[in-house]
Amino acid sequence: MSLSPISLAFKKCREMGRPALLTFTVAGDNTKKKSLDILKSISENADILEIGFPHNTPIGDGGQIQTSSYRSIKNGFKVRDIFQIVRKYRKIKNSKPIILMGYYNMIFQYGENKFLTQCKKSGINGIIVVDLPWPENKIFAKKCKKKKISFIQLLSPTTSKVRIKKIMKDSHDMCYYISMLSTTGGKLKISPKKILENYNKIKKTNKSKNLVIGFGITNKTISSLKSADGLVVGSQLCKEITKSIKKRQNPVTNLNKMVLNLKRRIS
Amino acid sequence: MTSIKKNIPLIDQHDKNGLWGGKFGGNFIPETLKKPVEDLNNLFEKLRKDKNFIKERDYYFKNWVGAPTPLIKLENLTNHLGGAQIWAKVVSEANGGAHKIYNATVHCLIAKRAGKKYIVGDTGAGYAGKMLSMAAKKFGLKCKIFMGAKDIKRQRPNVESIRKNGATIVPVTSGSQTLVDAVSECMRYWVSNCDTAHMCVGSTVGPNIFVKICGYSTTQISRELLKQIEYEFGEVPKKLKLINCVGGGSSAYGFWSKFMDFSKKQVEMIGVEAAGPKDSKLHAAPLSRGGKLGILHGAASYICQDRDGQIKETESISAGLDYPGVSPLHCFLKDTGKARYTSETDEAALKAYKLVTKFENLNPSLEPSHAFATAIREAVKYSRDTVIIVNSCGDAQKDKDILKKRLRKLK
Repeated sequence: MSLSPISLAFKKCREMGRPALLTFTVAGDNTKKKSLDILKSISENADILEIGFPHNTPIGDGGQIQTSSYRSIKNGFKVRDIFQIVRKYRKIKNSKPIILMGYYNMIFQYGENKFLTQCKKSGINGIIVVDLPWPENKIFAKKCKKKKISFIQLLSPTTSKVRIKKIMKDSHDMCYYISMLSTTGGKLKISPKKILENYNKIKKTNKSKNLVIGFGITNKTISSLKSADGLVVGSQLCKEITKSIKKRQNPVTNLNKMVLNLKRRIS
Repeated sequence: MTSIKKNIPLIDQHDKNGLWGGKFGGNFIPETLKKPVEDLNNLFEKLRKDKNFIKERDYYFKNWVGAPTPLIKLENLTNHLGGAQIWAKVVSEANGGAHKIYNATVHCLIAKRAGKKYIVGDTGAGYAGKMLSMAAKKFGLKCKIFMGAKDIKRQRPNVESIRKNGATIVPVTSGSQTLVDAVSECMRYWVSNCDTAHMCVGSTVGPNIFVKICGYSTTQISRELLKQIEYEFGEVPKKLKLINCVGGGSSAYGFWSKFMDFSKKQVEMIGVEAAGPKDSKLHAAPLSRGGKLGILHGAASYICQDRDGQIKETESISAGLDYPGVSPLHCFLKDTGKARYTSETDEAALKAYKLVTKFENLNPSLEPSHAFATAIREAVKYSRDTVIIVNSCGDAQKDKDILKKRLRKLK
C-alpha cells in the first residue's frame, strides 16, 4: 500500500531526524489572496499546512485564532472559498499536504458528502473537526477514509486510558494530542517534560500512527518538544498576522521568517 | 422522528448519543470536555436517585428559594379583555426574582458533591448570573460570571447584584457581545479549567447533560403548578393553555414538563420567542421564524444562521431571549407537534407590559412580557371556560432603565 501524502511527509522528516512542522493559519485571513500567498510562502519551510475554516462561535479557540477568524469572515469569507484557495495552492511546485480544521456546523450545513467531494477535488489530505469527538465522529471518519482523506482524531490530557485505546484503534494515519487543558494559544501551563510523558503513553499504544502535539507551542517552547512526530504552531502565526497588519507590514514575509525560524529550532 | 413517550421525563427521552428525536441535542464538544462531561453525567445520574440529595434539594427550594411561588388570577385583566381567564404563575417571587434560581441551586449542590471550589456560568439578562452568584455565596463556592458587554450595559441592576454577591464578572467583547458570546466564552473557560471548575450552563442548552440538569431543576415550577391547579380547579381544566416565553427555553420546559402526558386538546403549550424590533430582520426566534437545524454550543438545534453555518446576530429588547439557538427539548416538542411556537415583537412586549401593570399588581420582566403579549392576543378568542396561565418567570426590576426610556416613547 502506498503511503498517503501526510504519512510521507512524516516519513521524510523522520529520515531527517526531526519532527514535522505543522502550521495553522485561517483561510481568508486577512483576505483570500493574502491567505493563499501566506500558504505558498510558508510552504518553503513547513511540512504540513493546517488551514482553519473560520467560524464565528468557536468554542475551542483562544483570542488569536478568534481574531483571525472574525477578520476573515468580516472580509467576506465563504466556505466555498476554502476549496478555491486550496486548488490554487496545489498548482505550486513544492505544495505540501493540506489539513482542514474547523467546526462541525460548517460541514453539516454544506452537507457531509458534498463537503468531502469538494475536499477530494481540491486536493485536501486531512480533516480535523474540533467539536466532533469520538465516537460521534465514527460515521464521518469512515466517509473520509473512503475518499482517502485522513480524519484526524484528537486526544487530550483528560482522555482516559480506555478511551485512548479505542480512539487510536479507529484513527487513521495521524492523530493530534492537545498539550494541556486550554483553548488554542494558551500559555503552556505544564512542563514540556510532562507533555512528552503523556505523549509517550499515547504513542506507545500504537507506534505506527503519526502523533503530533499542538496548543501553546511557540518559537520559545518548540525545541523542548522536538522528540514528537510533529508539532503544530497556530496562534503565534495568527498573532503575527495581526501584528503585521497593525504595523502596516507584509504578513507574508513576516510569516515566512517566523516559520523558517521555527524550523531551525527543531532541526 | 420518534414520538414522545408517556411516564418518562422528556429530559430522559434521548438516545445513547444524547439526541432527542434522533437529531436534537447530543455532545458536539472538544475532546478535552468529554471526560468532565462524562463525570458530570455519572454524578448527576447517581445524585438524582439519592434520597439525601433530593431531600437537600427540596429543603433549599422550600426554605431558601421560597417554594411554592404563587398562582394568582389576573381578574382585572381578565375582565378587561372579556375572554378566557388569565392566571399567572408568579415565579418571579422566587428568591432573586426569577426561575434561574432552580438551576443555579442544583448546580451548586452538584458542584459541592463533585468537590469543586469554583463555579462558572454564562448570563444574558443577568438573572442566571445573579442567581448563580447568590447560590455560590450561599454554598461557599467561588464564582465567575461571563456576560456580554452589551448586556452588562443594558441590565445594570443585575450586574450590580452579581458584584454584590462577590462574584467576578467577565465582560465578553467578541462577536455581538450578548448571550451567545457569553456562552462561548464560558465554555472556552471551562475547556481550560475543567479540572478545578464546575460549569453551569444558564439554560436548557449546551451539551446533553446541561440540558438535563437544567430541565430537572426548573421542573419544580410545574410540580408546584400541578398541585396549585388541582387546588384551585379541583382538576386540570378541560381547556388549559400554558404560555411561556422561550429564549434558551429553561422556564418553558420547567413550566410544562409535568403536563407532558396530558392530551394537546386539554393542555396546550405555547412558546413565545422574541421577534425583535418591529421592522428588524434580526429576530431571535429560531423555532417560529424558520431557523435551520445546526450545531451551536455543543448541541444540535434549530438556529438562526446563514447558509454557511455562521451564527447570525440576533436582536431583542429582552436580553434573556436574545439568543440564536434554542433548547433541543423545544425542537423536539415542536417537531412532534406537542407544543406550538410563536413570536412577539419588542413593541408588542412593551404594550403587554403596560397593560398588565395597568390592571394588575404584577411586574413581569421583558421576557415574560412577550408571553403576556400572546396571552392577551389569544384570550379574546376564547370564553371563560378556557384557562390561560402565563409563567411570569422574571421580575422587571432589572429592566427599569429600558422601560423608563421605551415606555415614554410608546405614549
